[in-house]
Amino acid sequence: MMKKLTIGNVSLLIAICLFIAMFVGGSIKYDRFGSVSTIFNLFNDNAYLIIVATGMTFVLLTGGIDISVASNLAFTCVLSAFLLDKRWSALVVIPLVLFIGTFAGFLMGYCIQVFKIQPFIITLAGLFFLRGMCAVVSTVSIPINNAFYKSLALSKISFQIGGSRAKLYYYVFIALAVVLIAWFVLKYTKFGRYVYAVGSNEVSAELMGIDVKKVKIAVYAISGFSASLGGFVFSLYTLAGYSLQNMGLELDAISSAVIGGTLLTGGVGTVIGSMFGVLIQGIIQTIVTYQNLNTWWTKVTIAALLCFFIVIQRIIAIRAEKKKA
Amino acid sequence: MKKFKNSLEIRPFLALIVILLACEVLYRVMFGDSFFKITMVDGHFYGRLIDILRNGSKYVILAIGMTMVLATAGTDISVGSVMAIAASVACSIVDERILPSLHGNVFAAVLIALLVGALCGAWNGFLVAKLNVQPIVATMILLTAGRGIAQLVSDGKIVTINSDAYYFINGGYFLGLPIPFYIALFVLVIAIILTKRTALGMAIESIGINSESSRLSGILVSKNLWVIYIFCGIMAALTGIVESAGIKGADCNNCGLLYEMDGILAVALGGTALNGGRFSFVSSALGALIVQTISTVIYAFGVTPELTKVFKALIVVIICLAQSPIFMAKLKGIFSKKGSVAA
Repeated sequence: MMKKLTIGNVSLLIAICLFIAMFVGGSIKYDRFGSVSTIFNLFNDNAYLIIVATGMTFVLLTGGIDISVASNLAFTCVLSAFLLDKRWSALVVIPLVLFIGTFAGFLMGYCIQVFKIQPFIITLAGLFFLRGMCAVVSTVSIPINNAFYKSLALSKISFQIGGSRAKLYYYVFIALAVVLIAWFVLKYTKFGRYVYAVGSNEVSAELMGIDVKKVKIAVYAISGFSASLGGFVFSLYTLAGYSLQNMGLELDAISSAVIGGTLLTGGVGTVIGSMFGVLIQGIIQTIVTYQNLNTWWTKVTIAALLCFFIVIQRIIAIRAEKKKA
Repeated sequence: MKKFKNSLEIRPFLALIVILLACEVLYRVMFGDSFFKITMVDGHFYGRLIDILRNGSKYVILAIGMTMVLATAGTDISVGSVMAIAASVACSIVDERILPSLHGNVFAAVLIALLVGALCGAWNGFLVAKLNVQPIVATMILLTAGRGIAQLVSDGKIVTINSDAYYFINGGYFLGLPIPFYIALFVLVIAIILTKRTALGMAIESIGINSESSRLSGILVSKNLWVIYIFCGIMAALTGIVESAGIKGADCNNCGLLYEMDGILAVALGGTALNGGRFSFVSSALGALIVQTISTVIYAFGVTPELTKVFKALIVVIICLAQSPIFMAKLKGIFSKKGSVAA
């Protein structure tokens, strides 16, 4: 029996098909494209974005938005690079930056929920504040020379598949674990179901006895945590902290979620979809590089894709409304 | 008197005055000189206040477009990208890179750039009004694509221009005051006439408060939204032109970067509710001047310019909290408790 087609799974289905089609198309067109290492490199290069997009999905599911994630990520990178440069132990720095990121998210969630301020505005303030604090810590790029970071950043698993070597860095597993845990939490725990309930209809969720306030503050804290965890992974990826890192990453994360089938009005979406959203953006980037085009083609293509998905979502939503009526 | 007290304009006006006076006092104490010092050179005024007026005008123009959109409970986060597109179109035409048949005519270049801005606005309007897409999502498409399109126009290069007529848009003077000031004033007057003398103003407020009931009471919601987003696009394009005339070229990667945030900030500072309804162009313009004042002050005091963002963030938080009735009630509760303990 076929499962009913809804907004969520149609978008996810299209996203997965699109990813496969792009990969197959790329493999036919270019030499050396169709290999495991291409796929692995997608994960290697986008691990941090997968983590950020996962956290963002939680917020979007409740119908909110968090545009401070890019600044949060950059602040984590800069602060950890700065502290490591001051010869702090990595085992102190990592929990500290993760705590600060989570606390920033919690604080924004608190303002949004308790003082009823629009999420867009308060996270905008967070964006400005954290980006400004990056510059206060350091305006120049700080390299990370810590032994622990270096060993974690460079250790990888290598495979020998069909004559080509493919490698997967350890930090990719952090991203995969985050996605897996998030998927489990959303699907099989009480809290996860609350998130969907709040996003679908806040009033009825409240009437059902769900503590809406707690759920909403928690999702912003989760988003803050994943942003700073993304920052940790990104600092492994680049082994440096720079105050202007990843300007505009918040939109990459949001568009990944939208491409993966998350509705920005809340209530519909999966973290697996968001991961595919990230991978699709990554594969577009790869194709643009293979085609030797200017990098701005990536942006134009992603925007076109975004537009396509938004229109599809609208059409399905309008049809659903008509059916109800 | 009561009407005066209740008007939206009074708060940002007082805030601007207070900030400026505080700067004046602090500046006198620290440097023994007046912050307000204005000198006359070659028949033009020079000074920090004139600087605020010149550079703040960009934000004023942007904020006027943004006010309309925000008053309908929408948002337009694509304005920065639209600025980049308009700037690269205008500069490319002036530099005869595209449409060489115009021979770098500045007037035509500006007109075409504004048309392109209107087109961008129409695209946003189409998504918001016709397809009913959430404004943030709808304008996100152009935000992502806009810079790419701008690069397409300028062939991925930074366009530098050499045209005194084009420089005049930002650097020129009329009656001793900078030209951008007059442009902003002109736009402000047009916007006020448009909303006070036609039904548009009422329609905007009505859509912002409840778009569904506006539709049921016979307001052409979708048509009005088209007009509003197109207007916002034109304003963004105009801001882009003024900006590019100031830096004498168009840099697609950096022109208008984060301007959408500044535009929204200006409107929020002005006191227009961000979830729609009551709005005032004058107070948004004052808000825009506050935004510029913060930057100018930071430069004047020699603080690292990166700190500007931190100050902006703090100001946003303070304003949001002040606008939140729940926070004010809590604050009152704390103070009255303290008062009772003391008594």
